[in-house]
Amino acid sequence: MSRETALVTADWVEEHLNDPKVVLVEVDEDTEAYDKGHIPGAIKLDWKKDLQDGVRHDFVSKDRLEALLSEKGIANDDTIVFYGGNNNWFAAYAYWYLKYYGHQNLRLLDGGRKKWELESRELTTDVPSREATTYTAQEPNADIRAFRDEVVEAIGTKNLIDVRSPDEYAGRLLAPAHLPQEAAQIGGHIPTAGNVPWSKAANEDGTFKSDEELAQLYSEAGLDENKDTIAYCRIGERSSHTWFVLHEILGYPNVKNYDGSWSEYGSLRGVPVAVGDQPGQA
Amino acid sequence: MCGAIKGGPSLEGVDVANQAVIQGIVTRDDEPVGNAYVRLLDAGGEFTAEVPTSATGQFRFFAAPGSWTLRTLAPRAEVVERKVVAQKGSVAEVAVAV
Repeated sequence: MSRETALVTADWVEEHLNDPKVVLVEVDEDTEAYDKGHIPGAIKLDWKKDLQDGVRHDFVSKDRLEALLSEKGIANDDTIVFYGGNNNWFAAYAYWYLKYYGHQNLRLLDGGRKKWELESRELTTDVPSREATTYTAQEPNADIRAFRDEVVEAIGTKNLIDVRSPDEYAGRLLAPAHLPQEAAQIGGHIPTAGNVPWSKAANEDGTFKSDEELAQLYSEAGLDENKDTIAYCRIGERSSHTWFVLHEILGYPNVKNYDGSWSEYGSLRGVPVAVGDQPGQA
Repeated sequence: MCGAIKGGPSLEGVDVANQAVIQGIVTRDDEPVGNAYVRLLDAGGEFTAEVPTSATGQFRFFAAPGSWTLRTLAPRAEVVERKVVAQKGSVAEVAVAV
């Protein structure tokens, strides 16, 4: 994987607005952003209503994903270009999730909704209709998703990257600063995890930093390229963004997203926790 | 929409006593800017969060007590910075003109 296979530019999107095999999909933390205006032809996925199970604390199963994408008119051989607000935070989550279920042609719009909007490019409130398809998902790709037991075993052996803000990492906040403070039972981080806030991977206009800047960012936090890596945050969305950087842009081979993240880990019994600004000991 | 309403979004339903709220409104020529992005930077200048403004130009953060900087980006405008201090149990209102 590389920047060329994972990202497209706003100009590229404008050139492909009428390409029937390119499907633009907006996924936002603010699920009403799409309704205020979106890139012409784009459809909307609601990360909560469409992608979460609703009963189990998990995202939707393969069957439900197949039904969802079929209804949305997405075919197996379509190129899906995700974009969204907040540096593509939730768009990266949708990308990771579709990758988990084996979709082949996935891209993120570099800069996401913000760059598009700040450049005053066209937005519309027209909702397109796409003919339904019969979408077939693949079996889950366990190589890119970590569960809690693997995370506990990774302490002191694999790269653990906590991508939340410094205050969340230290345990001074339990959730991002623009959300009400409700989440795990306790604050802190997984011992030995380095802290690289996810947003450091993006420039102010929402585009990703250069490969050189990105590689340096993670190596300075102690990431050893010869080891496997697990990224986590609070609920697995911001760490999808970092997973995207490490796995899809920089092409590091063994990178997993721990989507249970701190909201799960910080509520577990019997596991070690570190507080404060230092990684802590295994 | 004629003229901006004053201050940040309604606090109805928000447990202000347990939060350190920073909120406000972004305007241009006294009209609300509904497509701006407000970034919250901590005391060390590190990015902490970003929100798009609402159709009425408003934004809100639930911060920790302390000193913060708001950096506002809007189409066809220079970046505007505002310093703000958040305290638990109070609401810091910030007006940003771009």
